[in-house]
Amino acid sequence: MIELKNVGKWYGEFKVLSDCSSRIEKGEVVVICGPSGSGKSTLIKTINGLEPFQEGQIVVDGISVGDRATNLPKLRSRIGMVFQNFELFPHMSVERNICIAQEKVLKRRPDEARERGLKYLERVGLIAHKDKFPGQLSGGQQQRVAIARALSMDPVAMLFDEPTSALDPEMINEVLDVMVDLAQEGMTMVVVTHEMGFAQKVADRVIFMDKGCIIEDCTKAEFFTTQRSERAQSFLSKIIR
Amino acid sequence: MLGDFDFDVIQRSWVYLFTTGMAFTIKLTLLAMVGGIFFGTILAILRLSRIRVVSVAAATYVNLIRSIPLVLVIFWFYFLVPYVGAWLIGAQQPIKVGAFMSSLITFTLFEAAYYCEIMRAGIQSVPRGQVAAAEALGMTSTQAMMNVVLPQAFRNMVPVLLTQTIILFQDVSLVYVLSIPDFVGAATKVAQRDGRIVEMYLFVAVVYFLMSYGLSLLVKRQARRMSVAA
Repeated sequence: MIELKNVGKWYGEFKVLSDCSSRIEKGEVVVICGPSGSGKSTLIKTINGLEPFQEGQIVVDGISVGDRATNLPKLRSRIGMVFQNFELFPHMSVERNICIAQEKVLKRRPDEARERGLKYLERVGLIAHKDKFPGQLSGGQQQRVAIARALSMDPVAMLFDEPTSALDPEMINEVLDVMVDLAQEGMTMVVVTHEMGFAQKVADRVIFMDKGCIIEDCTKAEFFTTQRSERAQSFLSKIIR
Repeated sequence: MLGDFDFDVIQRSWVYLFTTGMAFTIKLTLLAMVGGIFFGTILAILRLSRIRVVSVAAATYVNLIRSIPLVLVIFWFYFLVPYVGAWLIGAQQPIKVGAFMSSLITFTLFEAAYYCEIMRAGIQSVPRGQVAAAEALGMTSTQAMMNVVLPQAFRNMVPVLLTQTIILFQDVSLVYVLSIPDFVGAATKVAQRDGRIVEMYLFVAVVYFLMSYGLSLLVKRQARRMSVAA
């Protein structure tokens, strides 16, 4: 489904990603963790081409992301992405937020977009808030709307970039619950997160990054029992209390 | 001294002043505002373009216009537009443009430079993450601009755009150099006919003050209401 081959990226002189390789199969849930500044967010954003990269290759569903000939908007419309800061469109109601890309990008009819959008809004438990504006919702509610917005595009995979890092502690679980459901339904997911509880519950694999490199890429069981690298061990000991 | 003043001239002429003069001023202000914001927004997008030639060309235009007195631009366009128009359509004679069209084109192009800077600030006030979110949903950069960035930029900048429009409203008086009867032009005509220049210009000043200050109070109130809502 998603294949990264020796991906490298430079910000000027600074190398943010080096030689990152991994494969994510259909239906797999992969958690990426690591200290801040380790390149996890940058790596996940290279998958849908939001961050350009200079070395290596990324292939998503048979399409090469780095290829100049690739229609990036079309590719992105098939990969859902959820951001740390939700990034709902503040000038649109919740319902418009969910419908606009379906109409403009997938060219769905307004009633069709609405029906599908409301179905996902119902699923994340926010149908009662469809006419509100993002500013009137809590962070957790906004993030659930953002997930519904991404799902209504019928993505083949979902990318989550620290989806709970900007949330107050009491709202983290309502978002994680939605993600757990999604994982159990078989959605292909790549999740950058520090929530090790989530990783233990639903992840198939864990990727540990440090200084732009993939240090560990192993099954959940291996990661939580026998981490091979010292860096992964010291990272885990700091975040698991 | 005030005893020598004859304010009857106002009573005699106010209908003409408002229905001819002020009507023209408001019409030109509104049309130039719409045109100026439209072209100003396009200029702002060009100025922010990653293609250097495009952004430099737009910046040159904006900086040039902003460095020249408006009166000069009004003169230039009045005399140049007929020739440029003739050259564009390949006519032998300079085309007839008319004072109104000429001043509308002038004000639109002139104000576009100012509205451009406002819209540029507005576009830059929209967080980068909004564009990323729009693009992650599959929108092209044009779709992201039209659906996500510009509506927010516009909304953030409404108070400043209106303030600029109040300035435009006052600047329209400069069309008197083309002997167009805007509010000031109409007042000048009456003032010269009746020999009541001081009274007339006092009255004109009071009207401009009341309208401009009134509008700016409205803008301020609107801005405060928006900052509370956001």
